[in-house]
Amino acid sequence: MAADSIISVEGVSKRYVIGHLVDTTLRDRLARGARAAAAWFGPRAGPSRSREEFWALREVSFEVPRGQVLGIVGRNGAGKSTLLKVLSRITEPTAGRVTMRGRVASLLEVGTGFHPELTGRENVYLNGAILGMYRAEITRKFDEIVAFSEVERFLDTPVKHYSSGMYVRLAFAIAAHLEPDILIVDEVLAVGDAQFQKKCLNKVSEVTRSGDRTVLFVSHNSAALQSICSAGIWMNQGKLVFQGPINDCLAAYLQTGSQRADFAAPSKDKPHITSVEVDARALAQGRIEVAVGFKSPFPLSPPVVGITLLSKLGQPISGSNGRMAGAAWVVPPAQSGVVVAAIDAAPLHSDTYRLSVYLGDAAMDYDQKLDVVDFDFISPRFYPQMPPLQSIGPVDLQWRWSLRPD
Amino acid sequence: MSGPPAPPPAGAALRHPYEVVIEAGRPSLNYWVDLWRYRDLLGFLTLRDIKVRYKQTILGVGWALIQPVVTTVIFTFVFGKLAGMSAGGVPYPLLVLAGLLPWQLFTAALSGSSASLISNAQLISKVYFPRLMIPLASLGVALIDFLVVLGLYVCVSLWFGRVPSWHWALLPIFIGVALVLAFGAGLWFTALTVKYRDFRYIVPFLIQIGVFISPIGFSTGVLPTWRKLLDLNPVTGVIDAFRWCLLSDGQPFDEHGIVCSVLISSILTFSGLWYFRKMERTFADVI
Repeated sequence: MAADSIISVEGVSKRYVIGHLVDTTLRDRLARGARAAAAWFGPRAGPSRSREEFWALREVSFEVPRGQVLGIVGRNGAGKSTLLKVLSRITEPTAGRVTMRGRVASLLEVGTGFHPELTGRENVYLNGAILGMYRAEITRKFDEIVAFSEVERFLDTPVKHYSSGMYVRLAFAIAAHLEPDILIVDEVLAVGDAQFQKKCLNKVSEVTRSGDRTVLFVSHNSAALQSICSAGIWMNQGKLVFQGPINDCLAAYLQTGSQRADFAAPSKDKPHITSVEVDARALAQGRIEVAVGFKSPFPLSPPVVGITLLSKLGQPISGSNGRMAGAAWVVPPAQSGVVVAAIDAAPLHSDTYRLSVYLGDAAMDYDQKLDVVDFDFISPRFYPQMPPLQSIGPVDLQWRWSLRPD
Repeated sequence: MSGPPAPPPAGAALRHPYEVVIEAGRPSLNYWVDLWRYRDLLGFLTLRDIKVRYKQTILGVGWALIQPVVTTVIFTFVFGKLAGMSAGGVPYPLLVLAGLLPWQLFTAALSGSSASLISNAQLISKVYFPRLMIPLASLGVALIDFLVVLGLYVCVSLWFGRVPSWHWALLPIFIGVALVLAFGAGLWFTALTVKYRDFRYIVPFLIQIGVFISPIGFSTGVLPTWRKLLDLNPVTGVIDAFRWCLLSDGQPFDEHGIVCSVLISSILTFSGLWYFRKMERTFADVI
């Protein structure tokens, strides 16, 4: 390991065992014990149950030099959060070794341990202590924290009466005043109003410019990553697939975010969808291109594919199909093939989107795959003062603005 | 960013003072150091539980008094009047209350610590700190309720014309024994509950049984032949020691009982610590 690195991650893997063998009640445990005992004496009592394993991290290794701000990118479920949990000592790796040379503070959630019945003041102390601060340290920074949070007036009100904005501001203010050597941050900036978000980003970059603070930062916000981080790593399916300067890392990640889902035939005598793929290269250029493969025991005349674009939270944003396209969709009958649907310059903000896909012919629907793939869309348009998506929604309509005199 | 005393500089030392190595199955060398480092958190967690305990109740801390008062009245009637048991020259209500004090301290600490990890699941899955803080912090609430009832005991005792003797000075030791006993058992139960939620139902059940097999409503003096058997219940020794402290005259000091209690509570605590430490590393995955 490099001598000057503050974090060394060497071959870290994390396995979760899912489902069948996890005893959730004592009865299951006892029953399993009894079966095991029975198996000892009599002939094997039934087949042994399968053990389903899931590797959230596989052989991840990297080094972080002191003072580096490292962005971590990757799709949902790529292992980013598990990696942060291992580094934060919340969960133990199944194999491998991590060495950290400094005081670590991790923010995996805003306001961990806030108690609704306690006042703002009491929660500052409680949360500060949970994040690893000493009482004296909190007292010293108390005024600064309160000023940053902008909730002075409600300091002695139980936080259950706070608006969600006040709650988040207070919680972040505490976190922003931690002075660890290593700060681990998981997407917590995705909360709060735009102005406060900016203030937080400024605080983070102010902290990191001082040079001896090392930060690991997970985010889907590539603009934020670009402005704060110097280096990046890209995780995919539990593995580290790229490490390098943040711009190269983002470019590599955005290029190959191809999302594909394949399906087996439910039965031989029914038309069905065989695959759904979102083209990554098109995405990197700001276009959405969806390819839907189908197979049918009889010719579909014409094959009709329907696509519904869903928001990150699963709400439909826009849907269309070949029937709606009318004269724009005149093709010969087919028993199999790939229907490609594309939108150039999709009027969407950068976010994660999901798709539902349907298959039919001119008359009726035969198959549907609901919420089958998700993909990250990166808008080519960048708005420096953009409010958070939960307040403006994912659709980026191009308004024409004008001022009319009275 | 402008607090006058800066944090200690990281320095260029080869082995950083805060160096942490995370490895599968590696016993954390820093565990006890960490526990000390997070001592302020213990205080805040305790304070949180105490402050939240009687929020939004009308009677507030009065609730801590109602249960022992009602139980004392009932036990005095059942054991003292109906069964006509002897109290060894002590007013019967005082005998009952002196037995209830350690019993309630024990059960409150036991049920508090047993439920502690589950009720702090959110914390466990989101942030690191020595998990031992959680069951430890839950003892504070039990102690506060206990002190309130102890205050009641002093009033009742004075009303019966009895003034505290030097035996009182030894009371903190036996409070400690009761707490350690509850903590040891609580460590086992809380770690087991993380995986097997059954233990949520087992603990109240055990406490319910405990009321009958512990000498709360009667003095151990009335059952000389059963004495040794009773002592196998570790609470018996503590209750007798409390009575010796609080009632003073006429109460023999029973070494056998308290030795049993101390022995059992140390076994429970050491084995409980071992089991807790062993399971601790998987809490966040299982909870």
